Amino acid sequence: MELLGLLSEGFLIAFEPLNFGLIVLGVVVGLFVGAMPGLGSVNGVAILLPMTFLVPPASAIMFLAALYYGAMYGGAISSIMLGIPGASTAVATTFDGRPLAIKGEADRALIAAALASFGGGTISIVLFTLFAPPLATIALDFGDPEIFALMMLAFATFVGLSGDDIAKTIFSICIGMVMSAIGFDVISGEPRLVLFDLIGFQSKINFLVLAIGIYGIGEMMWTIEVSRGDSMMSKATVTVDRVMANLKIFWNTWKTWFMASFLGFFVGILPAAGATPGSLMAYGVAKMTSKTPDDFGKGAVEGVVAPEAANNAASTGSMLPMLTLGIPGSPTTAVLLGGMVIWGLQPGPRLFVDEIDFVWGLIASLYAANLFAALINIAFIPLFLWFLKTPFTILAPLIFVLSMVGGYAATERMFDVWLMLILGVGGYLLRKLDYPVAPAVLAIVLGPITEPALRQSLLISDGDLMVFFNRPISGPIMITAIILLFLPLFQALWRRMRNKGGATAG
Amino acid sequence: MKATLKKVMALGVAVGLVSGFAAVSGKDAQAAWEPKKPVQFVVMAGKGGGADKLARLIQSIIEKHKLSPKPVTPVNKPGGSGAEALVYMKNHKDPDHAIMVTLNSFYTTPLRQPRLGVDPLAFAPIARMAEDTFLLWVNKDSGITNVDEFVKAAKAAGNKWVMAGTGKASEDNLLTDFLNAAYGLNMKYVPYKGGGKVAKQLAGNHANSTVNNPSEQLGFYEAGKTVALAAFTDNRLPLFKSAPTFKELGKDFVYYMQRSVVGAPGMSKDALAFYQGLFKKVFATSEWQTYRTKKSLQGDLLQGDALVDYWKRENEVHRKMLVKMGAIKG
Repeated sequence: MELLGLLSEGFLIAFEPLNFGLIVLGVVVGLFVGAMPGLGSVNGVAILLPMTFLVPPASAIMFLAALYYGAMYGGAISSIMLGIPGASTAVATTFDGRPLAIKGEADRALIAAALASFGGGTISIVLFTLFAPPLATIALDFGDPEIFALMMLAFATFVGLSGDDIAKTIFSICIGMVMSAIGFDVISGEPRLVLFDLIGFQSKINFLVLAIGIYGIGEMMWTIEVSRGDSMMSKATVTVDRVMANLKIFWNTWKTWFMASFLGFFVGILPAAGATPGSLMAYGVAKMTSKTPDDFGKGAVEGVVAPEAANNAASTGSMLPMLTLGIPGSPTTAVLLGGMVIWGLQPGPRLFVDEIDFVWGLIASLYAANLFAALINIAFIPLFLWFLKTPFTILAPLIFVLSMVGGYAATERMFDVWLMLILGVGGYLLRKLDYPVAPAVLAIVLGPITEPALRQSLLISDGDLMVFFNRPISGPIMITAIILLFLPLFQALWRRMRNKGGATAG
Repeated sequence: MKATLKKVMALGVAVGLVSGFAAVSGKDAQAAWEPKKPVQFVVMAGKGGGADKLARLIQSIIEKHKLSPKPVTPVNKPGGSGAEALVYMKNHKDPDHAIMVTLNSFYTTPLRQPRLGVDPLAFAPIARMAEDTFLLWVNKDSGITNVDEFVKAAKAAGNKWVMAGTGKASEDNLLTDFLNAAYGLNMKYVPYKGGGKVAKQLAGNHANSTVNNPSEQLGFYEAGKTVALAAFTDNRLPLFKSAPTFKELGKDFVYYMQRSVVGAPGMSKDALAFYQGLFKKVFATSEWQTYRTKKSLQGDLLQGDALVDYWKRENEVHRKMLVKMGAIKG
């Protein structure tokens, strides 16, 4: 009951005219920042941080949190419509969002994304409201072996149950792993894989540069080759009937977004992980638990619902360690953390005691931001669809320009624009040779988390691999991962044995 | 009368002209250099990193008090522990509009990567804004309350004692090496990315000790999760009165991390004077002073030649330490 009292007081703060106006403004700005390729929530928050001096700290963080939320919604828009991930958190949304748009069902994909984001946001905020302080302790319990085990589980969901050619999937993961190793090695303190001695390779390949290259440039080349310039997506229309029919997605896919929200929230809590791994893992698990896993990648609504629910849930989740431990769960929350220091707030375990008004005002503003982001997003859908009626011959150069601008905006280096073009061509070739690209993308996101966790674990254990199995949290996760990894092998053996059995019987 | 009038007029004109000239030339001398376009504020870290937070704080202070006629905009160059940022600054085509926030990688990265061809002393000495401090930390659950108990426990654990830190040959590694040598320990150094993650390792009991900055451990310290045993400073820190300095304990070792702002090599004298004035004002703001107190920062404002002398000294100290560690050849 005390909780409800605090929350309602929080709502009173969030609905003060100034705060309320800032929340709506933040959502709208976030929606556009998120939809713009290359610009994600981290850019939006970083750029607008100095502006927040004009208002009190509580209002400032509400504005930025609303922006963060809006960007999570907005990222899906260009992923679905153009096939370019609007933000790194929306990469997994392109896997099925884009095929849906090509099938002429962009409206379904957009509404599914909005509804799933709402579902994910709601569940995560409720979890946040109820369990913030105790969950922070769980985040602390996750040491290196636990993180490594969790990453293995993520890879296993992609390998074990991907309907694709397993050898090609593993090859694709390896390419991603190698690319993720480029740059600076924290553990040895030395630069490594500095290809051709270019200074640009002293830092790791920015994930957004890779994603825009593969999904923007590569996808555009692929579409041009397949369609020869025919308009492809003009079939999507909006009628009241269709919208009503689409709203049913919320109920039809509730299992998917429910699961994805919990997963996303939990992954978001873990420092270092954040929303991008969360959404990719949710996609993998959704595919794994689906009755029709073969539809994934070809335009399954669940394939949009899962990552979108997860990335919103993760964005709330990553605020938790930021507020309670002072450790950011994602780059965006790291910038927010910097903001809090400027406003004179000390994040950490004492924040929930010392700054009650601030904390509960923020939580209430998350509820409000989530609701408004969903409403505003759905209201804009006809506009987005109208835009899609543009013939592909006009859309293609536009995608190209947006990709170039986005690639530059991500890091502000010309080097990365060239790199993005090269990666785009590489992605196109992989696709042409029928290699799945998604596992490579997964590897490049998870590689920088997995590799140090493995090496740090082994350093601590003196090279003893049992460290992954004899700890209470990492053990079960690791064993599940291994079972999933070898599942295709077991299935093949099982089938062979059954066939043999059948042959002797007959 | 007429002549006198003429004379007076001529004199008047002459005086007017002269004083006009004087005014113009005086104005010329006084018209200080000001940035003509937005100033690039290069950060040797990604968005959200330690140096990044500092740069954004400074940017906010400058904007809040309208200290600069043109905005100061952070540009992140996170590559290679500062290597990318240093090379970018070295080759900057417009050194009058490029400044950078630096830490101790300002010395260690050029020392460790001589191929970069970067000389820290070539940078323009704008201001040392503060020095961050280091303390020795353990988890409260360990029951350790002073350095003697720490040494005893670490000795007993031998190579099983995990010291978490921020990257090989980083500040934390230098301090760990010092502790190992000074007390005859054999602690295992495990590197992580960033001081925040290191702090979390200790709070979660995944590491036995750390040498974090106060700002990184403060949250856990206040929550009673971690304990500060001793400080690598000249005097006890106001926030951690109960932690003695290593000097008091008979080990003469102090170590600080600079938080300085430098200009690109080749910056003009006038521009340097402008930035020195700008950061003097930033230093004096109540926001910066509050930040210093809250983060337990030490060190006064250092500018110009005093800062260059400080760099020379520190550069030598780091060279010697890296040689001793075997990270570079003497």
